[in-house]
This record gives sequence, structure tokens and C-alpha cells, in this order.
Amino acid sequence: MNHNRRVLLKGTFAAGATGIAISAGLLTPKAALAAWPKAAFESKDANAALEASLGSSSTTESSDIKLKAPDIAENGAVVPITITSKIANTEAISLIVAKNGTPLAATFNLGATTSGFVSTRIKMGKTSDVTAVVKAGGKLYSTTKNVKVTIGGCGG
Amino acid sequence: MAKSSIKVRAKVKKGEAKVKCLISHPMETGLRKNKKTGKLIPPRFIQEVVCESGGKTVMNAQWNATISKNPFLSFAFSGAKSGDTIKISWVDNTGKSDSTEAKMK
Repeated sequence: MNHNRRVLLKGTFAAGATGIAISAGLLTPKAALAAWPKAAFESKDANAALEASLGSSSTTESSDIKLKAPDIAENGAVVPITITSKIANTEAISLIVAKNGTPLAATFNLGATTSGFVSTRIKMGKTSDVTAVVKAGGKLYSTTKNVKVTIGGCGG
Repeated sequence: MAKSSIKVRAKVKKGEAKVKCLISHPMETGLRKNKKTGKLIPPRFIQEVVCESGGKTVMNAQWNATISKNPFLSFAFSGAKSGDTIKISWVDNTGKSDSTEAKMK
């Protein structure tokens, strides 16, 4: 009888501790998803976002990366972006929109057989530089293009 | 869900598969306001898209709310042949997920 009570007490105490951890923001449900680098995506600084996502923020300009984006995007809510990397062993491709509230738009982690090619559509708040960052062999390469936006796609 | 939220088309040409997919999802940033009530619409966006083929992960995309609504994604990978299956799945920030499988042409 007495022993059972101990166990119950212990149990409630442990549960209480987890509750505190959750309320303190240590164990948010988002963190349970693990793989998604929250810090990187919520960062308001492009360099800090790169560091959190790809492990470094020093990039080298490379002409082997092609960033296809419109010169003028009429609608900022839908800006088509295509990135083609000719660099061997491309491991990951990140997309940065410098003037968006949260600059890091996406990180594509590519498998061993995957070609250095991704295409998607993004939202842009205003005219900004769009940078494609390619990670290959532990180094980062980048290419930048300015896209003019006539109507913003964020907020509204 | 009766109907999958993902549409996939994959075509193999000379050993390289080109995959195109379209996901129907609102991709709310959490910054937009409901015009009638003036309240913020809570964020709801896809955080992760995983594409698998032949038991291997060919692509793992991590997205921010920056990606447009009803996202389009295209990529390519080698070592595929016609008739292989490709599996695409996504998870959003509210914990919702969906997945679909398709045969490559």
C-alpha cells in the first residue's frame, strides 16, 4: 500500500516536470518534428539562417549554378524559381530571399542519385535579391539574381 | 481524405526521372489578416516534403512559409526506370500530413 503511494507520487512528479518543460518552451510540439531546423527558418538574418541550415555562411560566387527567375514578377505571391547546379556532388540547395521577413525560403537535401535541379514557386514581399546556395563537398557556392516585384505577396 | 492532396507526374528519359508534383495546401504565413474580423490567420504551411523511390530517399525538402500556396515542386534523379514507384509525403506545422504513390512513365 505504502509502496504504491510512493510510485504514484513519483509518477505525478515526473509528469509535472515535463509539464514545466513544455510551458517553458523547451519541448514544444514543433520540436518533436526534429528534422525541421526551426532556428534557421525563423531567423531574420540571411547569414544566420544559412549557418543554422547548412553549417556555414561563407559562400563563393559560382557560374556553375543557374538561377532562373523572372526579372520582373508581376505577382509576388507566385514567383517561379528554377535552380540548376552543375557542381559535382551537389548535396543541398538552399534558397534565400534577402528582403523577406524570414529570408530562408527552402532547403532541398538531395540524395546520392538526385540531379542538381529543383524548381518551385515562392512568395516575395518586395523587390529583392534571390540567392541560390549550393552545398557540395562541404563547401558553399552561390548565385544571386535581383527580382523586381510589382505587387507584394506577403501579408495583404 | 478521399482524394489525395498531391498530384505527381514522373517521366523517365534516358535513365533520368523527372518528377513534377503539385500539392494543394493553403500555405498560410501567419502574417495575413482575415479581412472581416481583423484577426490574424494562424500559420499553416508545409515544413517537410520527402520523396522516396526504390526504398531510398531521393529528396528531402524543408520549406518555410515563403513557398507559394498550392506548392509546385520539380526535381530529377538518375538510376530510375519506367514502372518504378515514387512516393511523396508532406508534413505541415500543425502536424497534418499526406502521402501518395505513383508509377513512373
